Amino acid sequence: MSFSVTEPSPVQKWIAGTLVVVYALITILPLVWIISTSFKSQNDAIAYPPELVSPVTLEGYVNLFSTRTRASAEDLAANPPETWYDEIAAERGTIIVGPSRFGERFLNSVIIGFGSTFLSVFLGTLAAYAFSRYKIPLKDDLLFFILSTRMMPPIAVAIPIFLMFRGLGLSDTHAGMILLYTAVNLSLSVWLLKGFIDEIPREYEEAALIDGYTRLQAFIKVVLPQAATGIASTAIFCLIFAWNEYAFAVLLTSGNAQTAPPFIPTIIGVGGQDWPAVAAGATIFLVPVMVFTILLRKHLLRGITFGAVRK
Amino acid sequence: MAQIRIQNVRKEFGSFTAVASSSFTIEDGEFFMLLGPSGCGKTTTLRMMAGLDLPTSGQIFIDGEEVGQKRARARDIAFVFQMFALYPHMNVRRNISYPLFSQGMSRAEARAKVGEVAEILGITHILDRPVGGLSGGDRQRVALGRAIVRDPKAFFMDEPLGALDAEFRERMAEELRALHDRMRATTVYVTHDQLEAMQMGDKIVVMNHGVVEQFGAPQDIYDWPATRFVAAFIGAPAMNFLDFEGTVGRGATSLRLGDAEIAIPMSRDGRAGALTLGVRPEHIHLDPDAAYRGEVVAVEYMGTTQIVSLRTAHGALKARVPAGQRVAVGASVGLRFDARTLTVFDAANGRALISAANEKVLSHG
Amino acid sequence: MAEIVLDGVTKRFGDTLALDAVSMRVPDGAFVVLLGPTGAGKTTILRLVSGLDAPDAGTVLIDGQPMASVTPAERNLAMVFQQYSLYPHMSVRENLAFPLKSPRLKTPPDQIAAKIAAVAEVLQISHKLDNKATALSGGEMQRVSIGRALVRRPVAYLMDEPLSSLDAKLRTDLRVELKAIQAETGGTFLYVTHDQIEAMTMATHIGVLDQGRLVQFGSPREIYENPVSLYAASRLGQPRINILPAAVFGAHPAGAASIGLRPEQIVQGEGADSLVKRVERLGDQTRLHLSYRAHDIVTVTDAHTGLTAGDIVKIRPEKPYYFDADGARLA
Repeated sequence: MSFSVTEPSPVQKWIAGTLVVVYALITILPLVWIISTSFKSQNDAIAYPPELVSPVTLEGYVNLFSTRTRASAEDLAANPPETWYDEIAAERGTIIVGPSRFGERFLNSVIIGFGSTFLSVFLGTLAAYAFSRYKIPLKDDLLFFILSTRMMPPIAVAIPIFLMFRGLGLSDTHAGMILLYTAVNLSLSVWLLKGFIDEIPREYEEAALIDGYTRLQAFIKVVLPQAATGIASTAIFCLIFAWNEYAFAVLLTSGNAQTAPPFIPTIIGVGGQDWPAVAAGATIFLVPVMVFTILLRKHLLRGITFGAVRK
Repeated sequence: MAQIRIQNVRKEFGSFTAVASSSFTIEDGEFFMLLGPSGCGKTTTLRMMAGLDLPTSGQIFIDGEEVGQKRARARDIAFVFQMFALYPHMNVRRNISYPLFSQGMSRAEARAKVGEVAEILGITHILDRPVGGLSGGDRQRVALGRAIVRDPKAFFMDEPLGALDAEFRERMAEELRALHDRMRATTVYVTHDQLEAMQMGDKIVVMNHGVVEQFGAPQDIYDWPATRFVAAFIGAPAMNFLDFEGTVGRGATSLRLGDAEIAIPMSRDGRAGALTLGVRPEHIHLDPDAAYRGEVVAVEYMGTTQIVSLRTAHGALKARVPAGQRVAVGASVGLRFDARTLTVFDAANGRALISAANEKVLSHG
Repeated sequence: MAEIVLDGVTKRFGDTLALDAVSMRVPDGAFVVLLGPTGAGKTTILRLVSGLDAPDAGTVLIDGQPMASVTPAERNLAMVFQQYSLYPHMSVRENLAFPLKSPRLKTPPDQIAAKIAAVAEVLQISHKLDNKATALSGGEMQRVSIGRALVRRPVAYLMDEPLSSLDAKLRTDLRVELKAIQAETGGTFLYVTHDQIEAMTMATHIGVLDQGRLVQFGSPREIYENPVSLYAASRLGQPRINILPAAVFGAHPAGAASIGLRPEQIVQGEGADSLVKRVERLGDQTRLHLSYRAHDIVTVTDAHTGLTAGDIVKIRPEKPYYFDADGARLA
């Protein structure tokens, strides 16, 4: 048999593979639990011992998106279900009287999450480029100052922010939340992106300058495409923070701009322990970040090494 | 120290043959060069000798012992990778002594040994410095020290100077060779730089497409290449090749190139058809009386000499002539070839025809 | 094409004086090579000419016009960098088209196609045009970056060690190609290298730089045969010129501190005995490493010399150079 000694042996590969699979199973279990609960009925969801396999129902999703009222047998008979979701509600002795607020909350999350991510990355890229390429007075101090905004948990300054927001009329507005999350994410984005841009040799831009382009054109045509990896991974980090943020959302939003995280727990209050509806909310909530991450996956893998292995 | 013998060694990666059945012997204490273009199989050959790759078939003897299927650590050799591979978190002394501790040597013994090696390399004064601040040359010496310190049977080096700039490369090459002259350790050195191979090697193996093209002393290979590939690969500017249709009979001492009669070393081969006359640039002399003519296309000044590019009826030529000689671009000049130095190649297979001049070098294969 | 003039140009980076009052004239159509080791100021000169950096004192003139307030783009120069010169996110074709598409030129697409095709032909990269730049070998990459300079007609070409990352064979080929391109276009070239072979074979003029100062400017032959200083003499010649104390060969001019001997200035077979320490065979020539009164000397001899280590060979200087204690040439 001929093999390269520096290659792992088949046994080593097998052991490594097994470890990876076990680890993946452990980390994926809560996710599986949430998703499977979202397709259970209320009774199955709280059954003890837990059921691994139970009949699939969309009850949780129907409850998540609707407001219902308990109805007597006569009412139910008088209002025969017209659609599949009416039918599901009727089986539980309820009639759907309107949509829930989950849709709006979810939309708020999308607007605020992606809005602040875009802003953080946009401003971060410009700032990082400036820090990387120009002689800026007190550059190191400024960079440290920017980083220092991340040194305490943002929630520690919740009260002043709350007061400022109230004074400025930013409480419970989309703009306010976008601004807040952008401010929190900006230090991360400047530092990460500066690292990536430092890695891009200046010669590329200089070549473009000599080839007849302006600084801004060189930035757009030469730097941005090469920073794509860094921008993508920074965007993911920013989105994950803004998407999952709970404390500020509870504090600063209520009716108008409330995001999904503070809303999901409130679902449980409507008509007892509606775990499937909560699970459905959590499942749907997961989807955008997952899709976003998968779309940018190939950048992320390279990006997480912070450019260390790039030549 | 040891003799290394390679016998019918062959390496396949899937359906790709990296090294086709190769045999040669590296004598004890030799500085041995594996030379060839990238992808020729030289690194694979070295890795097989070192035990980093195992041959598909064939035997490798180190000091008479067959080690072909043994792993690297069972072979007692030192492999110098890219020279800058030092442990960054250790100082120079720790870097050099590291292999000794893994052998279980005592602290005092190791200290003495490191001192001795540092003396040889002239790095005693930096032993306690961190490797981070060292100059390129010192880093390289430290890396060498780590290889030397174990007293291995042989040193294997894979393009150790490849990453350095020209001036520094030359200095390190000289230093390496001087070190070898002091230690006389069997050294196998892989390079694609023919000048490095000529300068440093006692023996050279020239490889191409996994095949050993020629094996011998540098000057012999330079003077009497076995194939057109070797002739083109060694020497700068490369050997000139004049393709022609003609006949070289057994015992012939000249050939016809166009209208000119060119004297050659007496041929021991007879061949007719597509042939190639090989002549080194320094063996072409500008001679107004010579029958063979060429037109001067360009002149490159090199200090002591100048390189004259010429156009002839049989293709482009480069001649190396003294810098003092006046050469005008555009002029037609006579070209005289140094008869004793010429090689004729069979154009079909690229092999040199055996002649009275090269038979001694080429007879042993 | 244009003439480039540097007039008393000085440049500092922090405390280091990178260029010290350099004055130099690059004639129209000349191939000027700036030669010197790392840190001599070669690249700084290119950057000042290109406008990527501005001088602290002195003037750069292109075609007689002072460049102080002219941006790099407006100078209409082409520059080839040592590395990182191709945009990795573009194909070879896009890389070549990049300078042509600049807002200054706005070349129409059909002309771009024609120019790229012509340059690709010359540099033999036509079959690689649609490859990603990162999929090329080192030699091909460097050809493309040279190609990017050649697609337009700049007033001058600036090249910063364009061949240094390539292997010996390719360097030789591209050297000849560059020289041919220069002959064909009649362009002004300002070329930086630390490789003396490149300097000698390509240059019409060599500028020798030493720690920010231009110490000699002239044709390769002038600098090789008539160096003004020990430093300039050491820049050219392989093997390197031998420098020994002036007195080791006896009589010497007054004030001479050292004697400089190139291999051709050492006559073998006459004079005083020296010991052969090592015979280095390079194929076309053989180098002798000699020991003469405890001094090392390297010289060149016949490729097939019978000398071996331990032999004695007589040597005598022939029209050597003498330098004073500061390294300035005496005779």
